[in-house]
Amino acid sequence: MTTTEEHTINITLKVWRQKGPRDKGRFETIPVQNVETHTSFLEMLDLVNEKLTHEGKEPIAFDNDCREGICGTCGCVVDGVPHGPQKAMTLCQLHMRKFSNGDVIAVEPWRARAFKVIKDLMVDRSPLDKIIQSGGYVSVNTGSPQDANAIPVPMDVAEKAMDAAACIGCGACVAACPNASAMLFVSAKVSQLALLPQGKPEAAERAISMVKAMDDLLFGNCSNHRVCEAVCPKEISIINIARLNREFIKAGFASEAV
Amino acid sequence: MQLDGKTPSGPLQDKWDKYRFETKLVNPANKRKYSVIVVGTGLAGSAASASLAELGYNVKTFCIQDSPRRAHSIAAQGGINAAKNYPNDGDSIWRLFYDTIKGGDFRAREANVYRLAQVSNSIIDQCVAQGVPFAREYGGMLANRSFGGAQVSRTFYARGQTGQQLLLGAYSALSRQIGTGKVEMFTRRELVDIVIVQDKARGIIVRNLITGEMERHAADAVVLATGGYGTVFYLSTMADSCNVGAAFKAYKKGALFANPCFTQIHPTCIPHTSDYQAKLTLMSESLRNDGRVWVPKDSNDNRRPNQIPEEERRYFLEEKYPSFGNLVPRDVASRNAKEMCDAGLGVGATGYAVYLDFADAIKRDGKDVIQRKYGNLFDMYRNITDDNPYETPMMIYPASHYTMGGLWVDYELQTTIPGLFSLGESNFSDHGANRLGASALMQGLADGYFVIPYTIGPYLATNGVSDITENHQAFRDAAQKALEHDQKLLAINGKQTVREIHVKLGKIMEEHVGMARNAAGLKQAIEEIQGLREDFWKDVKVPGTASDYNLSLQKAGRLADFLEFAEVMALDALERDESCGCHLREEHQTEENEAKRDDDGYCHVAAWEYDGYGNTPKFHKEPLVFENVALTQRSYK
Ligand SMILES: Cc1cc2nc3c(=O)[nH]c(=O)nc-3n(C[C@H](O)[C@H](O)[C@H](O)COP(=O)(O)OP(=O)(O)OC[C@H]3O[C@@H](n4cnc5c(N)ncnc54)[C@H](O)[C@@H]3O)c2cc1C
Ligand code: FES
Repeated sequence: MTTTEEHTINITLKVWRQKGPRDKGRFETIPVQNVETHTSFLEMLDLVNEKLTHEGKEPIAFDNDCREGICGTCGCVVDGVPHGPQKAMTLCQLHMRKFSNGDVIAVEPWRARAFKVIKDLMVDRSPLDKIIQSGGYVSVNTGSPQDANAIPVPMDVAEKAMDAAACIGCGACVAACPNASAMLFVSAKVSQLALLPQGKPEAAERAISMVKAMDDLLFGNCSNHRVCEAVCPKEISIINIARLNREFIKAGFASEAV
Repeated sequence: MQLDGKTPSGPLQDKWDKYRFETKLVNPANKRKYSVIVVGTGLAGSAASASLAELGYNVKTFCIQDSPRRAHSIAAQGGINAAKNYPNDGDSIWRLFYDTIKGGDFRAREANVYRLAQVSNSIIDQCVAQGVPFAREYGGMLANRSFGGAQVSRTFYARGQTGQQLLLGAYSALSRQIGTGKVEMFTRRELVDIVIVQDKARGIIVRNLITGEMERHAADAVVLATGGYGTVFYLSTMADSCNVGAAFKAYKKGALFANPCFTQIHPTCIPHTSDYQAKLTLMSESLRNDGRVWVPKDSNDNRRPNQIPEEERRYFLEEKYPSFGNLVPRDVASRNAKEMCDAGLGVGATGYAVYLDFADAIKRDGKDVIQRKYGNLFDMYRNITDDNPYETPMMIYPASHYTMGGLWVDYELQTTIPGLFSLGESNFSDHGANRLGASALMQGLADGYFVIPYTIGPYLATNGVSDITENHQAFRDAAQKALEHDQKLLAINGKQTVREIHVKLGKIMEEHVGMARNAAGLKQAIEEIQGLREDFWKDVKVPGTASDYNLSLQKAGRLADFLEFAEVMALDALERDESCGCHLREEHQTEENEAKRDDDGYCHVAAWEYDGYGNTPKFHKEPLVFENVALTQRSYK
């Protein structure tokens, strides 16, 4: 049988409520009745918010935008796992059919030293932008670069670069890491650009500045726990971290040589 | 008001060169004295911010999301067009120009569209130089594919994530300028007003979405790159935060709004299933290459699709359009699906869906081939619907996807307010009555990288550095008014949530201002919108306060704009008593149910001028003059 029947379940949310960065925060228990299993997790939260609004209470604040798994805006820790139980899936793509009647579901914001909680489930991920600002680009001005086909890029290289470039910057890797490191995020950008001929000239410098920015912004270090890879909704591989380390070592040699 | 498109004289091919040669330049050393505000960080806004900062201007950039990288452009899937002619299949700047003008059903300005085609090639060069990982052939050259409305392969792509990769390229250029301090970036800010002093745009008021504060920002010019308004239909393929607010505030301050009724409905989206639904997910158009669209012949047929025998199915596109079949253009496919459902033949929970069946393709090519072509789309469909499209037909239905209408701009992308510019989907300039696939990304980047850096110069050079600061009374007044607007919304404390009212607005728009329109329906829509607007101001319930993060309040503000704007859309659709492109007036169809244009009566841009709350806006016309192409009638039989 291929078509699922309409189905509803009752669940209990234990959801993190925090008024602002200075509030201590606490879990609030909210029973939710008759959730259609066709709804997405965020649509379920929408419905809870509608109900809270009707009751004159403040809705649960959570971030989201595209609801297609591409913008990287959504994300909470569901039952201890960033983006919830389904592998390779953002929270907005998670559906309630993954849950059972009677489930108690804990929902918390990303927890990491570098990300401050703004309200309820929303956190400040601007440190990820700051890392990119420190060097996650190719230094080229708008103008008249050479023809796009002037430098051939072998298909497998382009594909590997694309694998790394698929990062959506959601921060799940940081939330999952026991050290709250942003190494997977940094390495994805460093790899993408180091693989492509256009990014090679600055590869070493880029790796150094981005890792330094990461340290300065209070992210932890990588000690090979690999949980980042396991929770990444875009399945960004830790091979990228190995590539980053290579660039970093090369950069070390290069700077000693000067 | 006389609308002057400022199209340069001379042959079409030379206009842009001529313009660039003849305009006043800002001395390089003086550029750092000027400041420019850019609102929006999609392809258009990010590209503009980075490029203007590289030239030396001081840029302040704003977006609603928590990071500029998350703008709605990120969601574009299919690709971006350019006239590179790499496949040697006969493409040229002229052909891209012609396809775009024809695709828009001859309701766009020739000179703007030609310039778009001219700069398209530089966009690809620029993106590759930034490290955008476009798809490649084995030899290492860039790969191309073909897209609807064109007979050449001119679409560049990065898997099914082209928008993401292009936006991340523009975001990296923007980030570099933020790093150097030439761009000051303000995230989680929403424009709530535009400040005009002595008839010129001098700055903006934004709500800080975290603190609720109204912040004042002054500059020498303001650039809006705030995207489209497809969420006026409530359900659409657009991101949650998409809104008409910024463009609408500009309209209320005197900028004309052009062709608001030109909206595109995409035929292949996952259907609406119930009222809890928040969005409709796009399934790539490419699926129609192999899928066959059908409905049961009998409206009471409740069997599962696989149990309905061949002779009891109606392949309505193949029947009606034997030569194009399932591959008719977006608007034709959408309208026919709606017709079937209106006739009671639709399927699924709501009866508003049609089947897209791959059984024959799988029988013909094997499951492997289909999986290779569409595997990721099938997975996405399965995850959302829990149906397996390899075994049972997909269900699809059209959804609001793109808005061709927008702020009226001239050749310089300047609105009717001096110093206020508009780029990307937020302007009306290039797609006429219908946009071709893969052309929105092209336009956003063209406007941002290659047009505005030149066309903002003459305004700045002529007007000099402004001495108006955030302390000017006009800024104080505007900020105060915005606060009062919030307080008013919070004070209503009625019974309906913002979402409930937005759902109602969506239903009105879909019913009467959607895929097919007629005079009686449009008049009814106008009345219903007015009624709903009154309801809203009496009965909306917005919890919380104005002094911290309050999503309900943000959404209430956006809905308030939509409730006024929707009426302008309906009015525009009523006024345009012809069919063209996506705008089908049922009174004007060919025998093949094609849009029947009236070139004598309506070969113009309709531009609306605000005339006070509740009053009918003033209508202005910019006649469209075609010197280089002949106006023809589309046919897909
Ligand atoms: C699902 C989908 C797939 C698509 N696929 C393709 C495709 O394959 N090819 C193609 O060419 N086109 C495609 N399109 C269309 C294309 O993606 C958009 O038209 C284009 O990206 C719009 O870019 P933009 O820069 O104009 O605006 P957007 O990317 O929408 O950016 C708008 C920006 O403005 C900001 N903003 C908005 N309002 C305010 C405000 N009031 N205050 C402050 N900031 C504000 C937002 O925060 C955002 O940063 C697709 C669209 C959708 C929905
Ligand atoms: S909301 Fe965009 S990835 Fe989830």
